[in-house]
Amino acid sequence: MSASAPPFLSTKRAPIRVSGPRVIRNPVWVRWLFMTLALLFVGCFLVLPLAAVFTEALRKGFGPFFAAFTDPDMLSALRLTLLTAAIAVPANLVFGVAAAWCIAKFDFRGKSLLITLIDLPFAVSPVISGLIYVLVFGLQGWLGPYLGAGDHPWFGEWLNAQDIRIIFAVPGIVLATIFVTFPFVARELIPLMQAQGNDEEYAALTLGATGWQTFWRVTVPNIRWGLFYGVILCNARAMGEFGAVSVVSGHIRGVTNTMPLHIEILYNEYNFVAAFAVSSLLALLALVTLLLKTLVEWRAQKGLT
Amino acid sequence: MSVQVDNIRKTFGPYTALDDVSLQVKSGQLTALLGPSGSGKTTLLRIIAGLEYADEGSGRIQFHGEDVTEMPAGKRKVGFVFQHYALFKHMSVFENIAFGLRVRRENRPPEAEIADRVHKLLKLVQLADLGGRYPHQLSGGQRQRIALARALAVEPEVLLLDEPFGALDAKVRKELRRWLRQFHDEIGLTTVFVTHDQEEALEIADEVVIMNQAKIEQIGTPQEVYDRPATPFVYQFLGNVNVLRAQVLAEARARKPGSIAFESEGQVYVRPHDIEIVPYAPDQPGIAAVLRYIHAAGPQARLTLEQVQTRETVEVETSRVTLAGLDLKVGDLVNLRLRQAHSFTDDYTI
Amino acid sequence: MSIAAISLPRFSRRVLPGFGLSLGFTLAYLGLIVLIPLGAAFIKAAGLSWADFLTAVASPRVLASYRVSFGISLLAALVNGVFGGILAWVLVRYTFPGRRVVDALVDLPFALPTAVAGIALAAIYSKNGWAGQWLEPLWVGTVHRLAGWIPWVDWQGWLGKTIAFDRAGIFLALTFVGLPFVVRTLQPVLAELEPELEEAAATLGANRWQTMTRVILPELMPALITGFALAFARALGEYGSVVFIAGNMPMHSEITPLLIITKLEQYDYRGATAIAVVMLVTSFVLLLLINLLQKWSRRYYRV
Repeated sequence: MSASAPPFLSTKRAPIRVSGPRVIRNPVWVRWLFMTLALLFVGCFLVLPLAAVFTEALRKGFGPFFAAFTDPDMLSALRLTLLTAAIAVPANLVFGVAAAWCIAKFDFRGKSLLITLIDLPFAVSPVISGLIYVLVFGLQGWLGPYLGAGDHPWFGEWLNAQDIRIIFAVPGIVLATIFVTFPFVARELIPLMQAQGNDEEYAALTLGATGWQTFWRVTVPNIRWGLFYGVILCNARAMGEFGAVSVVSGHIRGVTNTMPLHIEILYNEYNFVAAFAVSSLLALLALVTLLLKTLVEWRAQKGLT
Repeated sequence: MSVQVDNIRKTFGPYTALDDVSLQVKSGQLTALLGPSGSGKTTLLRIIAGLEYADEGSGRIQFHGEDVTEMPAGKRKVGFVFQHYALFKHMSVFENIAFGLRVRRENRPPEAEIADRVHKLLKLVQLADLGGRYPHQLSGGQRQRIALARALAVEPEVLLLDEPFGALDAKVRKELRRWLRQFHDEIGLTTVFVTHDQEEALEIADEVVIMNQAKIEQIGTPQEVYDRPATPFVYQFLGNVNVLRAQVLAEARARKPGSIAFESEGQVYVRPHDIEIVPYAPDQPGIAAVLRYIHAAGPQARLTLEQVQTRETVEVETSRVTLAGLDLKVGDLVNLRLRQAHSFTDDYTI
Repeated sequence: MSIAAISLPRFSRRVLPGFGLSLGFTLAYLGLIVLIPLGAAFIKAAGLSWADFLTAVASPRVLASYRVSFGISLLAALVNGVFGGILAWVLVRYTFPGRRVVDALVDLPFALPTAVAGIALAAIYSKNGWAGQWLEPLWVGTVHRLAGWIPWVDWQGWLGKTIAFDRAGIFLALTFVGLPFVVRTLQPVLAELEPELEEAAATLGANRWQTMTRVILPELMPALITGFALAFARALGEYGSVVFIAGNMPMHSEITPLLIITKLEQYDYRGATAIAVVMLVTSFVLLLLINLLQKWSRRYYRV
């Protein structure tokens, strides 16, 4: 596995059972010390923030909490977030499957380079992920003059007439989101499909299946849990991305604000209850993601042993 | 240094690994703990080493009369060689062997002496030039010997080896086990090793401890356990054996087919080479059998026969010269005579 | 990994269909989404003269932001190395009620949107927050006392005045986002560590401290360094959680990604791009180092 992939991006996680020697162990006081330090660390950095989100959201009771969700700006942010994820996740899903198919099932030169390149977006700061799209499509960018300013007599006019904008508009947000969630599905599928090998596909072909039949009836059922795993992680990131989207959005309230950006606006307006109310929705999404992820991992472990 | 094990019990949850096991390992001997997997032999070895503790209040371990039951592994002066060697990957061979000396708090030898000791040990295991290598650069047999050298570096009084040849291929195994026997004769250290390979145990051990299902079945010299197995299990575990119905033998002796057996319906154990084949004669004692198959490759001929009365199969081993003298072909009727057989009382189950 | 590597040579290229289609699509998508936009940054930066580039990437405010970003990211990654190591050890070696929950929670920084994490951390560690109301006086007092004892060091400049909305806040946010990396790289290695290594050390007379420091730690080192480097790389680029808790004072608590955004908002595209290129090169070098480290350790440690 290439190093740049976050190590948690794999269903083949270490099994959650106790290992190590039975008799040769640390003294009891060391065990307690380690346990205390570890739980303190988890408490301060993980449990407290999570609890704070829900407490702060409900600080003034349920009325203001629910009021935050009736705000039309909030609803439009929710719609945009869902739309963005609805485009970015399937796009990266298709890409992930295609990339995993050619990398895992075939041998070709430059394969390890390709794997490294697929990982690249993980190494890029979210802010820079947004910036590069501004550079390509923005007013001062490569295509900007053609898209926005109307320098190009024909194409630009047409775009202007159709009112097509990319940066500081929805397409930019979608593109930036696709960039930051780019590797998730591919990263999950490549090692999985490599480990599974080609034998089942060969068997299907010898039995007279066509390429597509082989793919849909043999390959997809074999990788469906890995796919699901990649998709839920990809979706969590797509819905929660802040930095990259912040750069390309232009922060037009009710138009180009996603939920994380909406949180920022509410927070900067000192509307804390509403900010945390929206946050609690995203935190809930995070918890559901973790739950599903854990379930898939359990399943994978049971399947392996 | 003798090792005395008294009434040791060890359970892992509902599973009993050792059930009231007692054993005396004599000083300076090479002892094999022999048994199938799951028989408890490795657990016993680990309890002797202090890598596992016996169940609370179950029994005692003594080294030369000193009770070490509660003593931690590091203080017992045992050398332990693990099945997969457990060499420290990040240390060179030299550092691996020196480890036990370097971690000493008291009377840690000076650097020059450590180097001297390590080199002597490397020479002893015949790998004098490999001190600078790392474990991943060694073959399986070399790793095995480095693990041994590492265990010997701390001058243990008991050497314990867990399946010492288990991870090696067949040829290296044979070489290495002869080497271990010679090596033991040179240094004379009390040594216990675990194996599931009866050939290995019988070939090099002074004493063999045969274990099955958490219990010791028999203790004895290789010849004793082979020639006078104490239980049906030992009989079957050490080499091929035919199991015949006692009734058949009784009838064969009486040579009156259909008459009532005078022995119980027990079983009789006969090794293939303890059966003699003679030409069939209706009035002579013996078990009537039909020759079904002759396997004549190798120094000994192996014959498969079918008992006329029970239709059960019997394996016979005989020299090829004897076989030639008999002039047999497949399908011939012969009489079988038992030179040596063993019967156990009925309550044994195998 | 090894399974895949072994079975690779048996793959024949043309038996399965779809190679051209899948590779073509992969390359086109990769090019359009990743390579061309990333290339744009480098080409844009190449358009700058050397002097302009230097002014853009080495002005005092930018240099100050590097110091903040690199320094605090390093510190956060170190803390993650220590505590993440302990957490991984506890999760692999000990049983306790709620272990599975803690294990699942480790991925929270990854699943929780960074903006949410940012405002949550700010709420907890600010003056009136759950933890802040206890820690803040302690922190202020400590800084004050240090300034009394060692007056020639600018303690307030280094450590800041408060926890939230200052440098300590950046540290908290960066520790949060880097938390899963060390734990998740160590866990599988620790789980596969043969118990026999520790037992061998014990039979050779090593005590637990010697076993931990001389046997276990060296065995874990490659994974530990990898996790540390991943956490560091992630912290360097982090933006969302930091801006809410950093205070964002120029020259003091302004991180480099924030500076890029500030330049963008001032329509200083060249400046933003130049700094972005510096950051990109840094993370690519880090990526390369991590890859080399893993390759090396895989070869060196495989027995």
